[in-house]
Amino acid sequence: MSFLQQIPILSIMTYVPLAGALVIVFFIPKERTGAIKAFATVVAGLDFAVSLPLWFAFERGKPGYQFVERVSWIPSLGVDYVFGMDGISLVLILLTTFIGFIAVYCSYTAIKERQKEYYVLLLLLQTFMLGTFCCLDFFLFYVFWEVMLVPMYFLIGVWGGARRLYAAIKFFLYTLAGSVLMLLGIIALYFYNTTGFLGYRGLGHPPTFSVEKLTAVAAGMPAELQIWLFFAFFFGFAIKVPMFPFHTWLPDAHTEAPTAGSVILAAILLKMGTYGFVRFSLPMFPEAIQTAWVANVMIALAIIGIVYGAMVTLVQKDMKKLIAYSSVSHLGFVMLGVFALNMAGVQGGILQMINHGISTGALFLLVGIVYERRHTRMIAEYGGLARPMPIYATYFLVMALSSMGLPLLNGFIGEFTILQGAFARSFWWAFFAAMGIVLGAAYLLWLYQRVFFGEVTNPANAQLPDLSVREQLTLAPLVVAALWIGLYPKPIFDVLRTPSEVIVRAVGGQTAPPPALASAAGKSAAGEKAATANGVPR
Amino acid sequence: MTFRATDWFLLSPELFLTAAGLLLLALATFLGKEKDEFVGFLSFLAVGVTAVLLAIVTAHPARQAGPILAGMFVVDNFAVFFKFMILLSIGLTILASIGFVEAAPYPSGEYFALLLFAGVGMLFMVSGSNLISIYVALELMALSSYILAGYFKGQVKSTEAALKYFVLGAFSSAVLLYGLSLVYGVGGQLGLTELAAMYARTERSNMIVLGILLVLAGLLFKIAAVPFHVWTPDVYEGSPTPVTAFFAVGPKLAAYAILARIFYVGFPKFHADWGLIVALVAAATMIWGNLAALLQSNVKRMFAYSSIAHAGYALLGVLGFQTPFGLWGVLVYLLAYTFMNFGAFALVIFLETRGYAAETVSDFNGLARRNMPAAVVMLVFLLSLAGIPPTAGFIGKYYLFTAAMKAGYAWLAVLAVLASAVSLFYYFRIAAAMFFSEAEGARIESSFALTAAVAVCALGTLVVGVAPERVLAVLRLCVPGTY
Repeated sequence: MSFLQQIPILSIMTYVPLAGALVIVFFIPKERTGAIKAFATVVAGLDFAVSLPLWFAFERGKPGYQFVERVSWIPSLGVDYVFGMDGISLVLILLTTFIGFIAVYCSYTAIKERQKEYYVLLLLLQTFMLGTFCCLDFFLFYVFWEVMLVPMYFLIGVWGGARRLYAAIKFFLYTLAGSVLMLLGIIALYFYNTTGFLGYRGLGHPPTFSVEKLTAVAAGMPAELQIWLFFAFFFGFAIKVPMFPFHTWLPDAHTEAPTAGSVILAAILLKMGTYGFVRFSLPMFPEAIQTAWVANVMIALAIIGIVYGAMVTLVQKDMKKLIAYSSVSHLGFVMLGVFALNMAGVQGGILQMINHGISTGALFLLVGIVYERRHTRMIAEYGGLARPMPIYATYFLVMALSSMGLPLLNGFIGEFTILQGAFARSFWWAFFAAMGIVLGAAYLLWLYQRVFFGEVTNPANAQLPDLSVREQLTLAPLVVAALWIGLYPKPIFDVLRTPSEVIVRAVGGQTAPPPALASAAGKSAAGEKAATANGVPR
Repeated sequence: MTFRATDWFLLSPELFLTAAGLLLLALATFLGKEKDEFVGFLSFLAVGVTAVLLAIVTAHPARQAGPILAGMFVVDNFAVFFKFMILLSIGLTILASIGFVEAAPYPSGEYFALLLFAGVGMLFMVSGSNLISIYVALELMALSSYILAGYFKGQVKSTEAALKYFVLGAFSSAVLLYGLSLVYGVGGQLGLTELAAMYARTERSNMIVLGILLVLAGLLFKIAAVPFHVWTPDVYEGSPTPVTAFFAVGPKLAAYAILARIFYVGFPKFHADWGLIVALVAAATMIWGNLAALLQSNVKRMFAYSSIAHAGYALLGVLGFQTPFGLWGVLVYLLAYTFMNFGAFALVIFLETRGYAAETVSDFNGLARRNMPAAVVMLVFLLSLAGIPPTAGFIGKYYLFTAAMKAGYAWLAVLAVLASAVSLFYYFRIAAAMFFSEAEGARIESSFALTAAVAVCALGTLVVGVAPERVLAVLRLCVPGTY
């Protein structure tokens, strides 16, 4: 595996889709749609193949970043091109290439217009997303973070639903508004590290945007400055997650986007926000996060997101919008886990990012499939679908159960671990989060009942064809992944353990043995101690 | 005062451009309307030769001897940077004008000659190190601009633009001149370095502050900062579009150059007196420029307000003038702004010369289908204007935001980033029209000259955005008084 250490594997993986997009732009005429689809699929598949060896070559238990590449980019500003990854990036990178591949070949029949531009944009988006997860330089991170919005804007705006213009610009503006504040946070960090600003004496270090160096510098800042900068970054990440009350762009963007766009938005783009919290906010601003009111605000927003998101989901009439709102609730879970600041919470939160990507991505695919057949997503238009489409109904059931956290499926592991982490800190956190799970079961089962059970009420649905082989092939990998994580999550926890330990230690939590499902009771006691040690009121 | 041989040499770019302008004017009386294109290329050639002369002067050690002509004219790195930028903007304007001014029923010789004269004025402005030479050069530029604004004298809007520009421009010049007279009255010196030396020994007095503020007001007029911006939308809307593109870039470059030179060299001591005012003006300019742009339906007016907003961002760099960081911020930003703003206008001109009024955003409808490369390039300019990486606009804004933070104006930096985010909304109305709306009409092709202008702008926008190191290294040498 040393071969992988010698080549810039992360850069290769990141730019394979870009190269593929350029080939399509310049060498494949737009009339040859078949060739474009085939080529885009090959490129996305190749990219997944390139990313897979990382899983095996990654050295578990080794702290710090691996596969690091470093090239000077703008030396006068201290900007370097730095790529690297740890266990957290690894799982998100694999999720990205995996979902990216599916997003390309799930679009064959859904997209009939301007196909060339469509596949070019999908591939570009993949490059920018991978770059965001790989880069270890704040300047570069900001570049990827922002430029990612452009292809997504066009995916929603060109191939989206009826209100696509509104949804596209809303998505762009919301995210941009948050990230420019993050940019100011980055600039402030930069000055704190060098010459100082606004009355803060700088440390006089040479200018750098290195994530590793600035993380260490930030963690040593006075608490008051940490709180300011925590909120500067908070807006960037919280809007992306999205945390309540910054979530209003999400239902619009998810609902209006084409199927593949919704899948990528839900599965990957939202994870940028939670990734930001885990990768940057937690280790950089430990004192801010341990400040009682900041911690309480974060937890409160997460819990409101869980409960309020679930309640709004319950009343949706449009299937896609329903799934979209359910993301608000699920991402609330992730945030709760992350801000529980203990091993169970952080690891569970990261695992739940992956789970949400798989389950919600699959649900969007499933909704897209009936939408292609019927051109409506209103729940009232369906009913008794299990009869004409038994295979479809089965897939839908599996993914809905995965989303609501049924044991043996992935969602259960994530939600359970998060609850463990939350319970260790406070009974009430876990109580409200558990209410979210109950509501989650309610909205998904009710949806399933209305769409699939009973007689076929609408004659238009009586003759709907069941899933084609290609459609099954898009869904089957997601089902396999859901089952794998549900039955045997240990490999993922193994990958996440070391980086999570670093983060939890940075925010003053205990890093006792990782959560084994069997020893849940013992774990919560350890977590309780951690909570007291943190001085956070319970 | 005697002319030395090196003086003639150092002045050669300006002298050549003046001669070329005069020659063009004379030639134009003999050449008919059908030779418009030829005259255009001739004037472009003149700008090219001037640039070559300037390059020779830049490389020559003679310019390091300091100001010439009794301290009136200086060829430091700072001036050289602006001279190249000005020649670039004139050259681009000429390329964009070829094919456009043919719409006027009279030969276009004087149009191109006036552009060259405006260029001469600006070249002298950025080299001026003396209040008088700066003012005289500014007037040469301004008078040429007034006539250019009204070049389509058959059109009411064009004439109105010229008249408005003249009346308000003359007024602002008067304010500037009055301020200069007060500054001179207290300091007793006309040369900027002598003035700064004199002020270093003088007590702060209300007279000085009043003079400085009047000078500031006069210059803010020229860069169209709120509340001195009211002329901008009308003038930009009414002028022939290549002239608008020129106004949005050329005169602003020159005005920022003398703003930088006067305030960086002349009045550093009184930063406390003008700092807060500039901060408030910058805030008002960014807010009003962006909000008003949101409300426009006319593309040219929208870009007028957008350029007002951009003047506001650049003022953040002016605030940071206690350190060279602020100055570099302004330079980087102006560089980026020249490429992206001119590029955007060039696309408007493209549509206009292809029979679209290019007045409302809907004229951009379906451009992606009618000419995909044009739409993609326009998208790059729009992204750059909105400050999205990896474009020149982002690098420029990054510098300005850091300058504001460094100068202690964190509130202004927050305001600036939010205003910048809002700006995306109106820029992307054009993007949405280009890519999301259905096409009407057949494919449209660009002319060679315009394509060249757009290509230069696009290249500049992307190179400064993706690989800025070389450019930044050069700009760091461009401090007034450095050779």
